[in-house]
Amino acid sequence: MIKIKNISKSFADKTVLSGISGEFEKGKTNLIIGSSGTGKSVLLKCIVGLLQPDTGNVFFDLRNFTEADKEMKSEIRREIGMLFQGGALFDSKNVEDNVMFPLDILTRMSIEEKKERVNFCLQRVGLEGVNKKMPSEISGGMKKRVGIARAIVNNPNYLFCDEPNSGLDPQTSILIDELILEITHEFDITTVVVTHDMNSVIGIGEKIMFLYKGNKLWDGSNKDLTNSGVKELDDFVFTNKIMRNLKGSIKF
Amino acid sequence: MKGFGRYIIFLGSLFVRRETFKTYYNLVFEECVQIGLKSILLFMLVSTFMGAVTTLQTAANLISPFVPRFVIAQVVREMTILELAPTIMAVIFAGKVGSSMAGGLGTMRITEQIDALEVMGINSSSYLVLPKILASLLMYPLLVIVAAVCAILGGYLVGSITGALTPTEYVYGIRYTFNPYFITFALIKSFVFSFLISSISSFKGYYTSGGALEVGIASTNAVTASIIAVLLSDYFLAYLLL
Ligand SMILES: Nc1ncnc2c1ncn2[C@@H]1O[C@H](COP(=O)(O)OP(=O)(O)O)[C@@H](O)[C@H]1O
Ligand SMILES: [Mg+2]
Repeated sequence: MIKIKNISKSFADKTVLSGISGEFEKGKTNLIIGSSGTGKSVLLKCIVGLLQPDTGNVFFDLRNFTEADKEMKSEIRREIGMLFQGGALFDSKNVEDNVMFPLDILTRMSIEEKKERVNFCLQRVGLEGVNKKMPSEISGGMKKRVGIARAIVNNPNYLFCDEPNSGLDPQTSILIDELILEITHEFDITTVVVTHDMNSVIGIGEKIMFLYKGNKLWDGSNKDLTNSGVKELDDFVFTNKIMRNLKGSIKF
Repeated sequence: MKGFGRYIIFLGSLFVRRETFKTYYNLVFEECVQIGLKSILLFMLVSTFMGAVTTLQTAANLISPFVPRFVIAQVVREMTILELAPTIMAVIFAGKVGSSMAGGLGTMRITEQIDALEVMGINSSSYLVLPKILASLLMYPLLVIVAAVCAILGGYLVGSITGALTPTEYVYGIRYTFNPYFITFALIKSFVFSFLISSISSFKGYYTSGGALEVGIASTNAVTASIIAVLLSDYFLAYLLL
């Protein structure tokens, strides 16, 4: 479980996040949704420590990450896996070495153990026989899969995904979403997914936090999404005609 | 001035939270191979021609019957070792190796590869940049030596072919009143230049933000800033050490 308390972040004179609090549950896919530029990625980066929040604290299972000392920080970091928007695979390494990299850095496993673990993870994300391919030689969907494999290779307790289906066609998007959901349940991970894709919200939004211009306006599950009574959320959800016409009769 | 302060802080960050020695050993080795492969042929080509052209031009200017022909070789030697090999090659090194360092790091920045390293708890600046600087410090002096040898050979060849001076005169001139300190000086320059080029280029690349366009800009800025730094330090080193 991850808890955030009163997270604020500004750049120069621009306030991006103002006092966000909330909770992300273990064994569930927790979504952070909102339109582009509302500060979803900045919030995610504050949570994983890529950005230092101006105020507030992040707790990983009661451990205060924001104020942790060096040892505690790197201990928590070992338990974090992250999937970046474009996959963020290392260009100079092939698929296998990309997935193996966290094990090289964070563990003392033997090369055989590492290979076995890498192959298990690649198989788990549905990729076989691409071990020696370079990132430039595989498709966008495959890059995301490799990114997921790399994120889960060190058995993380926490998985973060920033726009996991940006740049993918709708069908591949759904496959990636389902993969994230399955992995979350299978390994009992606290997963946080940033997205603005309504398909993901409906498909895997077990717990949802809605951001609007740097403020949290609502949280709940996708079951309650359509009767939140929050105007900004309705505008976000019912963007197209079909949805608007069905408003009131929709149940997810 | 603000940029300079950030550059100094950047240099400091390279030495905190390092990985194991073995990690760096492998990374430095890879970088050395990269740098060597990228630049050796161009270095040899350019320096050979520089030696040849210097020989011909000096020959054309030294037409007084009172100056012996072997002085041409002496001039070629001094110019090559003191200035052409370390400094002109630094400009080429900046264009070839510096720009690709900045471009590579810039791409890693905008595609979040640097963030990916940081999330794993790796000090990305040290992990990515320190090996580049160490490899440059190792490789550039070697490349300068190769360039100096090629330049002197180029002069020898063109002198013999055109008959500007005989091989015996050339070899005599090369060895005549040779001051070994000049080689030390050239090596000091090489170390300073390679450090400046690799660290400035890495700095420019590492702090890229935006998209592909900015990566291109970072790459050109890296070359410009490196060359200016090289020329300034060239002046100060000559002033201080000669
Ligand atoms: N490093 C930064 N420096 C300055 N402004 C930033 C930085 N990162 C993000 N921002 C700004 O913060 C706002 C929110 O960005 P972001 O979190 O990426 O939005 P999104 O919700 O689409 O992920 C944007 O207006 C962006 O310009
Ligand atoms: Mg974003």
